[in-house]
Amino acid sequence: MIRFLARRLLFGAGVLVALSAFVFFLFFVAPGDPARMIAGDKATEAQIQLVRKNLGLDRPVVEQYGRFVARAATGDLGFSYRNQQPVTQIILRRIPATLSLVAGAVLLWLAIGIPIGISSARNVGSLRDRFGQAFILVGLSFPTFVLGMMSLYFLYFMPKQSGFTLFPAGGYKALTSNAAIWAWHLVLPWTTLALTMAAIYARLTRGQMLEVMGEDYIRTARAKGVSERGVVWRHGMRAALTPLATQLGADIALLLGGAIVIEQVYGLQGVGALAVQAVNNQDRPIIIGVVLLGGVFIVVANIIVDLLYILLDPRVR
Amino acid sequence: MMSETASTIAAPENEVVQRGSLELTIRRLRRDGASMIALAVIIAVVLLAILAPAIAMLTGHSPIEQFRDIGLTPMGIPVGPGADFWLGSDQLGRDVLVRLAYGARVSLLVGVLASLAASTVAVIVGVSAGYFGGWVDTCLSRLTDLVMSVPFLLCALALVSAFGPSLLLSVVVIVFFSWAPMARVIRSQVISLSRQDFVQASRSLGAGPLSIMTVDILPNLSVPIIVYTTMQIPNSIVFEATLSFLGMGIVPPTASWGGMLADASSNSLYLIAWWMVFVPGTALLLTTLAFNILGDGLRDALDPKSVRSARRFSKKSRGGQKR
Repeated sequence: MIRFLARRLLFGAGVLVALSAFVFFLFFVAPGDPARMIAGDKATEAQIQLVRKNLGLDRPVVEQYGRFVARAATGDLGFSYRNQQPVTQIILRRIPATLSLVAGAVLLWLAIGIPIGISSARNVGSLRDRFGQAFILVGLSFPTFVLGMMSLYFLYFMPKQSGFTLFPAGGYKALTSNAAIWAWHLVLPWTTLALTMAAIYARLTRGQMLEVMGEDYIRTARAKGVSERGVVWRHGMRAALTPLATQLGADIALLLGGAIVIEQVYGLQGVGALAVQAVNNQDRPIIIGVVLLGGVFIVVANIIVDLLYILLDPRVR
Repeated sequence: MMSETASTIAAPENEVVQRGSLELTIRRLRRDGASMIALAVIIAVVLLAILAPAIAMLTGHSPIEQFRDIGLTPMGIPVGPGADFWLGSDQLGRDVLVRLAYGARVSLLVGVLASLAASTVAVIVGVSAGYFGGWVDTCLSRLTDLVMSVPFLLCALALVSAFGPSLLLSVVVIVFFSWAPMARVIRSQVISLSRQDFVQASRSLGAGPLSIMTVDILPNLSVPIIVYTTMQIPNSIVFEATLSFLGMGIVPPTASWGGMLADASSNSLYLIAWWMVFVPGTALLLTTLAFNILGDGLRDALDPKSVRSARRFSKKSRGGQKR
């Protein structure tokens, strides 16, 4: 087991090294001179040379990469080209919005997806199952930004036309100032994200339940008089937990690295919106920082999921 | 060939007719109403794409022409659906219907091309890893794991910001981040296939690895390949639309559905011009829904026995559209 974990940790480190090399060399080979970008349009050749020297951009690329990794390991990701602020600080300021969005959406999509999956699997072919399947198909097919824009139209704009504000148009209000306002601003983003994600979980739950409910141990549980609810939740769902945890870990990590589309639609100033702004501004240190942060989230989530495996599935031990 | 000769010989009615697997598959698929509707939607979208120049001629509007006099109100607001603009105009006074038709070309082109390319990569990687085993498998499997554990949309943004958006880069990005889940499935299928007797028989007859992989193993993978590629098309279409929506896919003024939605969303224009979001949005939704339904139907029709095992690999893995 120790060896298993050690191997996973090693792989996680490998992912981060590969990712950092990818973004670093990507911008190294990409057209455009960073020294010129930092110095600004009006800089003379001598000023550009000075910037290049100060930032170590005149060094061999491998040496630059080495320095970059060494500094990144201590949490120093350099400075924004735009406003010369530390990248780490800029990113940290964006975390609360993304975290609020993801935390609420996760709870909501589990609360929607899993029950639909279970009721669908327990009544195969019935009306409920058909509803469940339709929900899954539509949810999987609905592009998040289309759903987001349509919800804004129906739930923000139309009520507003008729004179009352049902939901705000978007934006993020800090939880620390007023929890009710915070939640009110997040209801639409939460629901939009949760509805599309719930489809994935409903499908996964349905598939796992179908597979498991015919097993002998389920019959045994029924035979010894376990209530139907106990059979489904304690014995049936038990088997579905491992794949659900895997999927959940991956999804949370991906979204924490930037729920890019949702943040864009609802004007939430989170990490994903920061990434889009950085791309538009050609602010490379921020792009590199956000990509690395996203990688860290995924690696950490993978390790947590591995630990969960050991808890959930005694066979791994 | 077999079924053809058999059916010509067994001409009298009420006779037992031998049917090939292709014929059986088509018969099963035709009985599935949802799949047939989905197919009709897909054909309609394909027709829309093919007929785009004809629609442009019919309306007299090219996809990038700006009709600032008749396409915008005096206050500069897009005009709604009407006699001049059947599905309304956009913020520059362009015809939404014509742009929708040209956008269908981009969506289908990118969706199909990227999915085919991703499947090709997945088959090459999966078959090599599964067949050769050993260090080849280790390397390729770790590579697959690696691609699956990067924040792909962020990496896509980084790539676009480094090289500038273009159609080709969109396809490359989609392929690069889409092949991995399918490669995993193919690999595990190849591992079980290559232990079977017919592969041993081929080998003892002197067949080389390349011949075994292509002649013996590949045909047995046709069902997952077909189903997975079909299921990948909607993912690719949404991935492209997402990139274009973020301004990192197709370069304006070329029409694309994602780009049209981005136009609608800038300055929240769609709140006063609902057609700018509902027209391309509905087209996008119907297209992806149709491909997903057809994919489900194909899977059941091609392999009625193992509906369940197929469901596992068709699980929507890393659809870029959800982020």
